[in-house]
Amino acid sequence: MKCQKCEKPATFHITDLTGDELLALHLCADCAKDYLKTDEEVESAPTITGVLQQQLKLEQTAEDLKELDSRECPICGISFYEFRQSGRLGCPNDYSFFAGELEPLLVNVHGDDHHVGKRPKRGADDTEQQTEMIRLRRVMKEAVENEDYEKASELRDRIRAIEGDS
Amino acid sequence: MLDSMASSCGEWLKGNGPDSDIVMSSRIRLARNLADYPFIKRCTDIDRASIESTVREKLEADERLKKLTFIDVADLENLDRQFLVERQLISRELSDAEGARAVAIDEMERISLMINEEDHLRIQVMKSGFDLQSAWEQINRVDDLIEERLNYAFHKELGYLTACPTNVGTGMRVSVLVHLPALVITKHIEKVFRTFQRINLVVRGLYGEGSQAMGDFYQVSNQITLGKSEDELVKQVGDVVPVLINYERKARDFLISGENQHNLFDQVSRAYGTLQNAQQISSEETMYLLSQVRMGVNLGLIGDLEIPTINKLFIHTQPAHLQKLRRSELDTMQRNIERANYLQQHLKSDTEDGPEMN
Repeated sequence: MKCQKCEKPATFHITDLTGDELLALHLCADCAKDYLKTDEEVESAPTITGVLQQQLKLEQTAEDLKELDSRECPICGISFYEFRQSGRLGCPNDYSFFAGELEPLLVNVHGDDHHVGKRPKRGADDTEQQTEMIRLRRVMKEAVENEDYEKASELRDRIRAIEGDS
Repeated sequence: MLDSMASSCGEWLKGNGPDSDIVMSSRIRLARNLADYPFIKRCTDIDRASIESTVREKLEADERLKKLTFIDVADLENLDRQFLVERQLISRELSDAEGARAVAIDEMERISLMINEEDHLRIQVMKSGFDLQSAWEQINRVDDLIEERLNYAFHKELGYLTACPTNVGTGMRVSVLVHLPALVITKHIEKVFRTFQRINLVVRGLYGEGSQAMGDFYQVSNQITLGKSEDELVKQVGDVVPVLINYERKARDFLISGENQHNLFDQVSRAYGTLQNAQQISSEETMYLLSQVRMGVNLGLIGDLEIPTINKLFIHTQPAHLQKLRRSELDTMQRNIERANYLQQHLKSDTEDGPEMN
């Protein structure tokens, strides 16, 4: 018997219950694997780390991946490796900084990469200044860690000044 | 405040909304982040404290949001945090997290605003019964008011930016909490849910992510947040609810027809009898039996019990609620005895300490 999806011999005979009908399938090993895999994926909601892992396996060589993993967002300092391990991003700027990797991920998860819903009424704010605030807060934290309190207090005053303006 | 809350229950449990024999509550949440802070994962302790105080100051300054009461979750005892989880006012994640975090709730317990959960802000509105449209209208208004005072992280192509890319776009999760005992008994539930998963809906147990379906309660919600408008997402979840209600009603009709009727009546009566007479009982068994009794009342098999009473018992027999009501900490064994006492008091209508003790 030939596989119902390609020309190879059918070695898997699957009975599936879809709706109220029994569906008999005769597939080759490769097609059966595909068929069973998609079914399993449907059963549980995809997780970011899972989808990413699959996506990267298809697109990247080990070397490329290593390089990608070491990329760090200049604003919050999160590395791509940290993101793909935890599934959580570090700051709003990551959506721009890792845009190349995130776009296929978003399409994979949402089937889309374009927001069509609600928008803040007050219009475009100064994104650059807000991103700069995130960076300043991080530099301040590092200054505290390095016990450079003079620099830290300078930074704190700058942050407060910007906060006061907005 | 929490002590006075314990003896009552939230508006969403009143059991008076549309189709409330099957749909317990309708809930919508929005994930939002401030534009000038890193996401929670990269926040220092100072950042978290600063986010909490900024949000609190700005919202308390708004007359129209005055009805919100802020609770410092980091300051709460374990028991009180668990209590808020059982009431669905905070998530388990917020309860178990460390560092500065808070929740703001309104008197009716319809609005809950979590600060420093997975995102800086998680706004939630809950309604009794099947009422997604008014939940969306209310949460949209609350979101507008907050947005007047805080800068949200927003990207012109990707929408509202969230810590996890699964929430980006609208940041919206629309869910209904449904009670489906007949579909469980007739073993149709798995099939129904597999169908839902194929159309991008997620099905979970009562207390959210990874939780078991306790007492035959399931949450159905959208999986996708990007590329669809808020109205479309409300419609996506809203459209399957009548189908689900119809399935459950058909399964109930089947259970109550012909010979099956005796089995069902027997099962429901036994459940009721156990709840009225047990001397000690676990939370799981209580949920399991209350679920059958709830269906029995809806089918007219039990006459002297009201749905709101059962809804209340579901919540009040949870571990933290029992301890709050008793005003003391109890271990598992003590709780099982206390739970049985509580059920006896509230379910024995023909004795002097009947339901009027509420």
